[in-house]
Amino acid sequence: MSQQERPSPRTYGVLAFPVGMLVIFFLIPFGIMVATSFYHRIEGAFYEPAFELANWQRLFQPVFLERALFSIGICLLAGFVCIVVAFPFTYFLTRMRRRPQVALLIVVLSALSLSEVIVAFSWYILLGRASGVSNILVWLGVMNEAAAYQPSFAAVLLGLCYIAFPYCVLTLYPQLTRLDPEITEAAQTLGASPWRTFWTVVVPIARPLIVAGSLLVFVFTLGSYIIAFFLGRPEHWTLSVFIADQASANANVPFAAAMAIFLTVLSLLVVAAVVLVESRTRRLT
Amino acid sequence: MRVWRWSLTAFVVVFLLAPLVVVAVGSVNENRYLNFPPEGFSLSWYGQLFTDPGWRNSIRLSLEIAAVSAALAVLIATPLAYVLRTYRIRLAPILYALGVLPFMLPPIISALGMQVFWLSTGHVGRIENVVIAHAIFFATLPLVTISLAMETMDQALPEAAKTLGADQRTTFRTITLPLLIPSMIAGYAAAFVLSLNEYIISFLVAGFTVETLPVKIVNGLRYGFTPTIAAIAVVFVLIAATTLTLFAIFGNLMKFLGADPAILEKNKAA
Repeated sequence: MSQQERPSPRTYGVLAFPVGMLVIFFLIPFGIMVATSFYHRIEGAFYEPAFELANWQRLFQPVFLERALFSIGICLLAGFVCIVVAFPFTYFLTRMRRRPQVALLIVVLSALSLSEVIVAFSWYILLGRASGVSNILVWLGVMNEAAAYQPSFAAVLLGLCYIAFPYCVLTLYPQLTRLDPEITEAAQTLGASPWRTFWTVVVPIARPLIVAGSLLVFVFTLGSYIIAFFLGRPEHWTLSVFIADQASANANVPFAAAMAIFLTVLSLLVVAAVVLVESRTRRLT
Repeated sequence: MRVWRWSLTAFVVVFLLAPLVVVAVGSVNENRYLNFPPEGFSLSWYGQLFTDPGWRNSIRLSLEIAAVSAALAVLIATPLAYVLRTYRIRLAPILYALGVLPFMLPPIISALGMQVFWLSTGHVGRIENVVIAHAIFFATLPLVTISLAMETMDQALPEAAKTLGADQRTTFRTITLPLLIPSMIAGYAAAFVLSLNEYIISFLVAGFTVETLPVKIVNGLRYGFTPTIAAIAVVFVLIAATTLTLFAIFGNLMKFLGADPAILEKNKAA
């Protein structure tokens, strides 16, 4: 927008409601959470105001650091797997004719509108022994008896990829439709195979987009709770599950608060990285 | 390349549809336990959605929370988006970031923050706590859609109104606001759907007293498979797919998702 007007006192009056709501119900709760992370937990009861570093010290113990590294690892892996499938898929999608393109977009959006709870539930069944994919394989005579594939690391990874995949496609979609077809046509006129064009022309041009897309999947999966909780054993839990577990079942809210702040810092660093990558490359062509 | 392209597309479609097929089969299975191959056919689980008071209550609660919190989210987002784009305000980037931040961070952060906040006020386990928590968390969606509409709006229109003597308030009411309505509806719809599906915030803020649909589903899952859950999933997917299909027929789904207008024209010609 070219010319913006000078704000009047009334302007600030208009801002009072939204900013007030965000301050009271986001910033202040966050502040209370920071304070709570220094509170003292009473075993068997709840917690009391205090100032101690016990919760933060616990954060830097090898057990917890190992959990944090596991979370980062599995979410980065989910980001990698998602982008490896989503990037070529979205690229082909944008090159399709209108009808199949819209149909596929509806499939992607339908998957997106599924509740995480329902996604976890259906993969729980699909990977289970009683009525999962292994039964189909037995029925077809490929396998001898049904097997359970969850809870396991692979099941958690699969679930995380499922919930993140539609978001990943929708992030790549607008930019990839702007990739000028003339560029790839030029490469093929000069004798490159479609395969070679994809690897030597499309992928290098879209590299920042690929980085941003996988980092977004990383942040998104880091926030997932239900998937790891239902499809994994406690050793496959991510930070979100541990925080919720400490805040509800274990009733150790101060420790949960310390972990939540750790997770906030981690997510903010990744979001900052995404913003940096995106601001460098507003357009592909 | 062509073989590769088709097999990848087929793989993605199967992967995305696999859970939907499972729940669809499970929802019409006569047996209480889902077996393979499925036995019998029954629609009784769908009937249970409307006759069982527990499920009916949860569905009503979730719809109420989603409807009110999405409206509150739009009320928060609209003045923020309007003022930040219309006036020269020094703090504008920070205020915008404040509006986007709750949604950018993992939901567990907002969930725990709201939990300790309501605990410290002593106002615990109420439905309005969930409504406010969802409104703040999902306000980002209308904020983004409305800000985008403000940016792409033809500036000549409000300026013409001012030249003709309308003051700021009249210009907003008669020109800007009507132009913003589609983006407000889009933001409302997005916040509504996500609120309906949201679990962890509802659970930590008031999960023991306010049993929303996702909370009830998870509680049910602890006791194993219930075909009613599959029936709910099918109803939800059908609603979403129908809405999107209607949108694709009557609106422009590709453009809505950000496709390049020039490419769209070419596609139409082809």
